[in-house]
Amino acid sequence: MESFPSLTVTQRDQILVEQQVFNIYKAFYDMPPSSQSLMLELQRENHVEYLTNGLKHLGPSFCVLDANRPWLCYWIIHSIALMDEFLDPELEDNTIDFLSRCQDPNGGYGGGPGQMPHVATTYAAVNSLVTLGGDKALCSINREKLYTFLRRMKDPNGAFRMHDDGEIDVRACYTAISVASLLNILDDDLVQDVGNYILSCQTYEGGIAGEPGSEAHGGICQFVACGIASIQYEKASTSSDNLFIRYTFCGLATMILINEVDRLDLSSLIDWVVFRQGVEAGFQGRTNKLVDGCYSFWQGGVFALLKRLQSTKGEQSVPMGDGEDSGAGSPQTTASSDATGAEGLNEDSSQAGSHFEQGEPHDASCPVVVENIDHNSSKRRAKVEPLFNCLALQQYILLCAQEPGGGLRDKPGKSRDHYHTCYCLSGLSVCQHSWSEDEDSPPLPSAILGSYSNLLEPIHPLYNVVLDRYQEAHEFFSRS
Amino acid sequence: MANGHPSFLALLFPPPALGSYRTLKMESDEPDGHSLSRRVEWCDVTPLPQDDGPNPVVPIAYKEEFRETMDYFRAIYQADERSPRAFRLTRQAIVANPGNYTVWHFRRLLLQTLNVDLYEELDFLQQIANSNSKNYQLWHHRRWVVERLGIDARAKELQLTKKILSLDAKNYHAWSHRQWVLQALGGWEDELDYCQQLLEEDIFNNSAWNQRYFVITRSPFLGGLKAMRESEVRYTVEAILAKPENESPWRYLRGLYKDNIEVWVNDPQISLVCLKVMNAKSNYVFALSMLLDLLCHGFQPSEEFRDAVDALWTSDNHPLDSDLAKAVCCILEHVDSLRASYWRWRKSKLPLAA
Repeated sequence: MESFPSLTVTQRDQILVEQQVFNIYKAFYDMPPSSQSLMLELQRENHVEYLTNGLKHLGPSFCVLDANRPWLCYWIIHSIALMDEFLDPELEDNTIDFLSRCQDPNGGYGGGPGQMPHVATTYAAVNSLVTLGGDKALCSINREKLYTFLRRMKDPNGAFRMHDDGEIDVRACYTAISVASLLNILDDDLVQDVGNYILSCQTYEGGIAGEPGSEAHGGICQFVACGIASIQYEKASTSSDNLFIRYTFCGLATMILINEVDRLDLSSLIDWVVFRQGVEAGFQGRTNKLVDGCYSFWQGGVFALLKRLQSTKGEQSVPMGDGEDSGAGSPQTTASSDATGAEGLNEDSSQAGSHFEQGEPHDASCPVVVENIDHNSSKRRAKVEPLFNCLALQQYILLCAQEPGGGLRDKPGKSRDHYHTCYCLSGLSVCQHSWSEDEDSPPLPSAILGSYSNLLEPIHPLYNVVLDRYQEAHEFFSRS
Repeated sequence: MANGHPSFLALLFPPPALGSYRTLKMESDEPDGHSLSRRVEWCDVTPLPQDDGPNPVVPIAYKEEFRETMDYFRAIYQADERSPRAFRLTRQAIVANPGNYTVWHFRRLLLQTLNVDLYEELDFLQQIANSNSKNYQLWHHRRWVVERLGIDARAKELQLTKKILSLDAKNYHAWSHRQWVLQALGGWEDELDYCQQLLEEDIFNNSAWNQRYFVITRSPFLGGLKAMRESEVRYTVEAILAKPENESPWRYLRGLYKDNIEVWVNDPQISLVCLKVMNAKSNYVFALSMLLDLLCHGFQPSEEFRDAVDALWTSDNHPLDSDLAKAVCCILEHVDSLRASYWRWRKSKLPLAA
């Protein structure tokens, strides 16, 4: 506080993070191009190694995540799948076997063998098994019992509880509906009134809160940061939790899954989420809070949901830039389609979102020259322009959230962990594919920051599983 | 022998009479000299190892003490042993991992069976909160306890959340709990002052703004949004003019008219604050953004607005669009370049100019 006597706590915290981030960007600028390319490289091998090691062994400090082991499976397996790598068959079998031991005889999955079934760990377990794919994994899910479990978790007000006698909130609603939809067991009884509950959680700001009355939120991340940071240092930590899910994303995804999205005030939701991207280029979870890499997915994923909505509904109300539509007679749209982020960010970006008066280090805040982008492309122009700045976000993920030795993190100064690795990579995938016209066409090189080899697999944004794994599961569960 | 023989256990170890509970509780607070397996109290229980299978994934290298605690917990839990020693064991298991919701759940069953003093339970919860106040289980449990204590617990709860918020003014769990307490048990009288105080300390604290909104819309003493609007608008406008770069009051100002957009569009205070900030020519993104929303909802701007917007356009390359809403979008696209595509999209969605 002493060095910034006139600033409030919020301003001081923000300034410290901005300084760290801008120093990284400045250092990046001062490098020769060859080093810049290296900095922008996704360190696949190191990430896979870090993740695979976690699947095989976790130290004693992970005791605080002992009720979240299906989550650890999901974070790791999904991250590996995003990088288009596969587990060796033995490890895959071991995962299926382990998750079966977490499955409750009366349906649903608990945080570990013998623990009560919990809706969120059920989501993590099901997503893990869908990501593994194959009959053995998919058959291991007892869908009839799982349906009974979800019905039991349904509160008379329409929302869901996390477990018997557990808390009710938007996360529980999303994970329950997501699992039911993915397994093709979603019916009117499960859907009944859940939309009313979500609707009551949209706040005056536009975002969605965890409970009616609370603050609009991407979610609650801090404890993960603290908890896992202490894991890194092998301190005895009591920070733990079993929810790693964000409210606005959850609320929107739920409303789409139950086909009631039009009931939300979408324009205020979009306006809120668009403003969560800050001068650091990453996303924050709430108004006037700090950037965190995991929101790359929880907020960035909102745009993927909206885009999907557009492609399935094609309605005017759906808020995505459409190059053909809006681009006609709009030179700005066409001119910048290749380098929106890079060019735009060289201008004064301190005006919005920043808490500063003039005189900020604009140079350092100016993100990156995208030297690898293929500007002379003869390819057709991408038709869909994302509403957020996805090149800038890739820059934050690769330069600020990535640990070169493997794993990703919240922000500079924090330690890597499996949770942030999963959601930074999921966010990176969302960015890379957000220009793509449809699911089947590969992104243009201009959509990828750094080398094209950074490209990750596309996800299905409603569930956050890799798209082709979703398709396999979808087909499988449609048959049975 | 604990496995699946609750009735047998109950015979051997009937729950103690209520009076003796306190003594047992005190004993448990003594430092654990040695492991459970060497205590006479536990000699009848066979620890139940975790069924991890031969080749588990994400295996945690548990410390011996953790493993032992959980092995005994599993035995007790499976046997559904509702005893004081089980209650003490849940404490140990929660301290080892406060994220274990199964343990918390079982502890609630025990609280019901054993008739424990719930104020002691609140003290225990506070100890846990001191080391980790961001944990769903802890707060859910606390809510459960307070529900049973009713209005007597109100002051303590408001005080506790205040204390936690004094350390971290944006603790989401603490705010949720506080809101729940206000709604379930009351205590609204000083809440607006409390918000005021937090905002004086940090006007950028969006959680305090959110709480303020919660109070003015839900407090039974304030008469609701409509009754509060005038004084709140005055307060908010002041906050905006002091720090126009602060997003929180801008969103709050909009929220004050959530029930009636027409009033918002036609209230001269709203357009005036936009105008003032634009005329100051710095940190005007939120002002332009609000002006854009006003225009989209039918606001009829005077010449002053056109002049103020024109004055923000510095490019000599091409003139600013004659349609004011489009002009606003162009400026935003330029000065708020991080969100350039959003402003382009907004421009493309504008209603056709009259």
